[in-house]
Amino acid sequence: MSGALAGLDRGALWVIILGLGLGSFLLRFLFLGMIGNRRLPDWVLRHLRYTAVAILPALVAPLVLWPDATGGTPDPARLTAAAVTIAVGVWLKNVIATVLCGAATLYLMLYVIG
Amino acid sequence: MTSSTPKSAFWSGFAAGLPFTFVVSPIGVLFGVLATEAGLDVVETLMFSIMVIAGAAQFTALQLMQDSAPTVIVLASALAVNLRMAMYSAALTPHLGAAPMWKRSIIAYFLVDQSFACSMAEYERQPDMTLGARIAFFAGTVTPVCPLWYVCTLAGALIGTRIPEAYALDFAVPITFLALVTPMLRTMAHVVAALVAIVVALLGAGIPFNLGLIVAGAAGMMAGARTELWMERKGMAI
Repeated sequence: MSGALAGLDRGALWVIILGLGLGSFLLRFLFLGMIGNRRLPDWVLRHLRYTAVAILPALVAPLVLWPDATGGTPDPARLTAAAVTIAVGVWLKNVIATVLCGAATLYLMLYVIG
Repeated sequence: MTSSTPKSAFWSGFAAGLPFTFVVSPIGVLFGVLATEAGLDVVETLMFSIMVIAGAAQFTALQLMQDSAPTVIVLASALAVNLRMAMYSAALTPHLGAAPMWKRSIIAYFLVDQSFACSMAEYERQPDMTLGARIAFFAGTVTPVCPLWYVCTLAGALIGTRIPEAYALDFAVPITFLALVTPMLRTMAHVVAALVAIVVALLGAGIPFNLGLIVAGAAGMMAGARTELWMERKGMAI
């Protein structure tokens, strides 16, 4: 063992692994487990309807604009691929076809631009 | 796509999860490689992926451990990255809350970005799915994704070779999620929610512990809810 953590206390490592596992489970379980079948108020449901369309684009937006692979510099190939993916997604509403079009655009652009 | 019986729902879910194998495998391999390079042994690396199943949180924890951060800081920061899972849990509750406790516990363990995104899209497209079909669909989305996460982590730890950057697999995440989310933008309220979330996420990219994402998600959800109310008041179709 030669890495940066070679001298790491194994106890601390397992506290992190188990603690992070338990904590992540509790976050995932929080509402599903505690609320279960009880009816949520309308205003809560109205907000929850937009969880996916808010969180997922928010997760992706920085990756599109500032990719790690280019050290955070906006990249024409990746921007074009993202634009094509969105356009094809709106048009076809078929996930696999959209993924393939997005990937094809990315590789084509990387090949053309270099 | 019909999801009338649990069996057909399972296979619809499996098909929905399949494109994400391209996302999960390179990231799993990368985690295995980086964790062993950092000094974790194979068992520790694999247990990390089995206990946590959350790429971003695992990379955060690994980075902070290498920076010799105190254990409490490592745990708090990595859990902050996983806060969105609580939002996923809340969003799934109206659809899966009626399931027995043991099933909800298993669903909670397997609640990841991919299973959440695929399942929400399906539940919204097919509001009259039975509870059994919804659970089966969720199980289907998990099947090609989560076991692969363990296997690829193990492969990365054992082989220690990264997938070359020329394959640009970093962009598999944006492409698959954009392809999944775009068809979910059914109404103006959904579009407003997404746009507000994107703007706030970009403005808040500098907020530490990835909390900009949570703020952006909350802002997007509020914007969507306000727009829905406004559209109702105007008598517009939802």
